[in-house]
Amino acid sequence: MIDTIRPVETPEGVELGLVVAGLPVRLLAFLLDLAIRIALISAVGGVLGALGGFGAGIMSVFIFALEWFYPILFEVHWAGQTPGKRALGLRVLHDDGTPVGWSASFVRNTLRSADFLPLAYGFGLVSMLANRDFKRLGDLAAGTLVVYGDETVAAPTALASPTDPDGALPFVATRPLRTDEQRAIVAFAERSPGFSPERRIELANLVEPLTDRTGPDAVARLVGIAHHLLGHRSRP
Amino acid sequence: MNQQTFESRYGDVWRALAGWLDRAAPVPVPQQGAAPPPPRPPVVPTAEIPHLYRQVCQHLALSRARGYTPGLVEQLNRLALLGHQQLYGASVEGRRSDGGLGVIRFVTVDLPRLLRVESRVVGLAMLLFWGAVVAAGIGVWLAPELIYTLFDPSDVRNFEQMYRPGLEALGRREADTDVAMFGYYIRNNIGIALQCFAWGLVGGVGAVVPLLYNGAILGALGAHLTRVGSGPTFFSFVIGHGSFELTAIVLAGAAGMKLGWAVLAPGRHTRAEALRLAAMKAVKIVYGAVGMLVLAAFVEAFWSPRTSVPIPVKFTVGAGLWALVIGYWLLAGRRRRAAASGSR
Repeated sequence: MIDTIRPVETPEGVELGLVVAGLPVRLLAFLLDLAIRIALISAVGGVLGALGGFGAGIMSVFIFALEWFYPILFEVHWAGQTPGKRALGLRVLHDDGTPVGWSASFVRNTLRSADFLPLAYGFGLVSMLANRDFKRLGDLAAGTLVVYGDETVAAPTALASPTDPDGALPFVATRPLRTDEQRAIVAFAERSPGFSPERRIELANLVEPLTDRTGPDAVARLVGIAHHLLGHRSRP
Repeated sequence: MNQQTFESRYGDVWRALAGWLDRAAPVPVPQQGAAPPPPRPPVVPTAEIPHLYRQVCQHLALSRARGYTPGLVEQLNRLALLGHQQLYGASVEGRRSDGGLGVIRFVTVDLPRLLRVESRVVGLAMLLFWGAVVAAGIGVWLAPELIYTLFDPSDVRNFEQMYRPGLEALGRREADTDVAMFGYYIRNNIGIALQCFAWGLVGGVGAVVPLLYNGAILGALGAHLTRVGSGPTFFSFVIGHGSFELTAIVLAGAAGMKLGWAVLAPGRHTRAEALRLAAMKAVKIVYGAVGMLVLAAFVEAFWSPRTSVPIPVKFTVGAGLWALVIGYWLLAGRRRRAAASGSR
């Protein structure tokens, strides 16, 4: 399947899926960080500008720190996120899925100036387009991935029982279903809370031969079949 | 086993792990419909976490193989990922504070040892840099007009002004204060060093060229200023911070060349893997270079420009600093290894 999920095998022998982030969203995060840095420099510069030579010296150090160490400090202390990345739900991880550390972050952010060559992120762009994990040179050298994933907590949510917005009862399908048909129905039930009612009905109407009805009843029947497939025998 | 049974049988395990992972940020459990929220999972002893985590990994594999719903698989994937990051992220260097002991060990033991291990590339960088110094120095000494291939005439006049005998502070325009120059040295010099490292990736060219260029500048200026009679003041300025700064340039160049070499000649690895391995070592050399440049900036801003200090004193102190740097490079971190191997 063509997708951007990168499997990472853990020592336990199970594969975890990481969704790698592509060029546009990373560019946006970068621009956001750039804007934040420029705002900081102009704000601090206004204060330090009044202090003459002393202020100019501190200002140089400050600009230097923002230029080179802003992304490193944030990535290490904010679990792989700069403010821009946090705003867009991105995160930097080591290739093995662990949070990025000092050395990897230092390498990937220092080598940004190699990615920038020959101009306007030329090498970085070519590198990102040429490998399947959208790694720029800095990421290749540091062994890091930029992935989607804003979860900082495991949030013990309700487990994946499909909800029954229309009060569906478990229902035995009138004919045997193939595995892929079962999956499609369960996936429909699982995702239906995110659809508009009209969309739900529209989709449910597609399988009228199975549900033998149309409209809201078809939705309820389909969700009922999904419940039965998942093992609900009466209302949970 | 159908999904319903699977969930009800193992839900407690998942909630226990999630509860432990979330202990820093407890989140109220969202629940569908009118069902009362389940009681907060009891706090699990940390010693049990690896066990819980391995169970979750197994459940994730099972739920994929059995074709359970994408929602469940995704939740387990997320739970396992966070568990993985907690368990294996803990060992990642720098993530956990060790009270600064790691930094001290790095400076006193690991870095000098690394420099000796990498003596081939460091030596090559040193050869390039000092070779350029000597070559440009001899060249300008024998053919003074060569200085104008490196600098504009106005630059040359500026340098002559900045290092002429009888100034109050060397190496700067008159209006510049110590702190302003300190900031300038930090931003400029460390920026160049980091760039030298990064650009080295381009086949090493980005590291070799700055090494040669900076070496040539130093050699040419030294020769030219000696010709016009400012030699003692110039070298009394350079010798102090030069111990740190010139060494740091060599180190940054060596780190960049290491990256470039990995790209040019990856050996038995793929290029990307060779680059990654080289970068993991080279970055430590860069840490050393950055640290030295911070020291150099202090010396260069607050000590080197002082003409109130007699020139012989500055040469003595400068020689002391060079001895310190060379001694550190050659000797630091040896004793402990000897002790360690002796105790075996």
